[in-house]
Amino acid sequence: MSLQEELQGPPPAKLIVDHVSKWFRQKRQTVHALDDVSLEVEEGEFIVIVGPSGCGKSTLLDIIAGLERPDKGRVLADNQPVIGPGRHRLVMFQESALFPWLNAFGNVMFGLKLKPGLRNRERREVAKFFLHLVGLEKFMEANVHELSGGMKQRVALARALAPNPRVLLMDEPFAALDAMTREQLYGDIQQIWQKRRKTIIFVTHNVREAACLADRVVIMTPTPGRIREIFEVNLPRPRDFNSIEIARHASKLTAALKGYLAPEAVVSVE
Amino acid sequence: MRRTLFAVLFFVALVAIWAALVNAKIWSPVLLPSPRSVMDYLTSSARDGTLFSASTVTLRRLLVGYFIGLAIGLPLGLLTASLTFAEDTVGVLALGLQTLPSVCWVPLALLWFGQTEGAMLFVVIMGTVWSVVIATDTGVRTISPIFARAARTMGSGPFHRWIHVILPASLPHLISGMKQGWAFAWRSLMAAEIYVTILTGFGLGHLLHYGRELNAMDQVIGIMLVIVVIGLLADKILFSPWERFLHRRWGTGRT
Repeated sequence: MSLQEELQGPPPAKLIVDHVSKWFRQKRQTVHALDDVSLEVEEGEFIVIVGPSGCGKSTLLDIIAGLERPDKGRVLADNQPVIGPGRHRLVMFQESALFPWLNAFGNVMFGLKLKPGLRNRERREVAKFFLHLVGLEKFMEANVHELSGGMKQRVALARALAPNPRVLLMDEPFAALDAMTREQLYGDIQQIWQKRRKTIIFVTHNVREAACLADRVVIMTPTPGRIREIFEVNLPRPRDFNSIEIARHASKLTAALKGYLAPEAVVSVE
Repeated sequence: MRRTLFAVLFFVALVAIWAALVNAKIWSPVLLPSPRSVMDYLTSSARDGTLFSASTVTLRRLLVGYFIGLAIGLPLGLLTASLTFAEDTVGVLALGLQTLPSVCWVPLALLWFGQTEGAMLFVVIMGTVWSVVIATDTGVRTISPIFARAARTMGSGPFHRWIHVILPASLPHLISGMKQGWAFAWRSLMAAEIYVTILTGFGLGHLLHYGRELNAMDQVIGIMLVIVVIGLLADKILFSPWERFLHRRWGTGRT
């Protein structure tokens, strides 16, 4: 397989979350994390899930990744049920989850080494390509602790992209970063997404981030975790995080979220 | 350079104080020999070869016992960290036996194996295994679960994960556990050599023992110095490179 073919990779996948429910049984209580959640995600779509903490958004991501099993319902990736984690659906975590015993290059190589059908020389080429894509070609030999927070997440992004997954799952990947770095990464992620065309599911509690990145924004509410509303964001790309359009969408999302969370709203629903 | 200078000055000062105490003639020279007589003993025993052969005998026992101890302790520690069944059985056993001073194994080893190399080896292995088990166990338990999760999503199976994630992630604990195991092995071997007088090899502990029997204090102190130096060298040669690697990669310790 040539490098070009490898970089082309398989097309992005279509995801179906089909009536998924999940309970966490603890010693003193059972937490109803997800209640009858259904969602269809098109090939190459950028979905952002927003909601307050405890709304089950990370659990949903884990279930799509195959790291958790749903108690009810199922997840289909291209009509194949998801029964465990696999390298077609890679996860980027909130903390970088980079391996401190490997340098930046070694971290990107980790997933590639697990991918069959490649020669080692090709793996190294691919790893270099993605470190270049995230702008870190000069930091290949750097140890993890020598990288800044933003650089760590870039390496994590390169590591997640390198094995060419069909779905990229991002669990609040920029939450721990400072505002400047984050805004830069919004630009980068949009650019990379347009170049690499993945199905992306991105979890956050930041509505502005959601408006800036998403094709569709999924709003979830807690106890139990439910999908309440889905917004389409029809704005041209690349989008500027500080534009008025984004702010307008963000305030719409905030209003919706507040509506679902405010106590009087709950009373009126009942 | 500065640091070396200070270290040298420190030890020179120690020897000077020692010499001054001897010159003050408070204690009999039989009890407190001069640095010079200890030096004389060391040079003469180095020249006739007893020091060298005793050191090799001791080091051979130590290394063989230590590596057998590691080979048993590492997998046991991995096992107790991953299986509740092993944790409740082997884990508790290891915790208990780790608190047992290794000298306590000597009578048992003597009765089981008699005055043999086997008894020596047994004592060293018992001194090593349990602390290695405990350290490995803690090392594996303190790994952030996110590493294993990240590896799983990248398609890493259970065996691959052990080799490429769990082991390297627990390396800092493993190294300190191996270091502790080494210290315990060294102690238990000295205890065994002092108590077990066997004819298959004459180690440093035996020299120490006969120094006492002959009231040769210069020999006793000389051998003690040799034991300390070997311990220091082992630390520098066996563990320092690993620790430097850890500090560089993990970014821990002084920069």
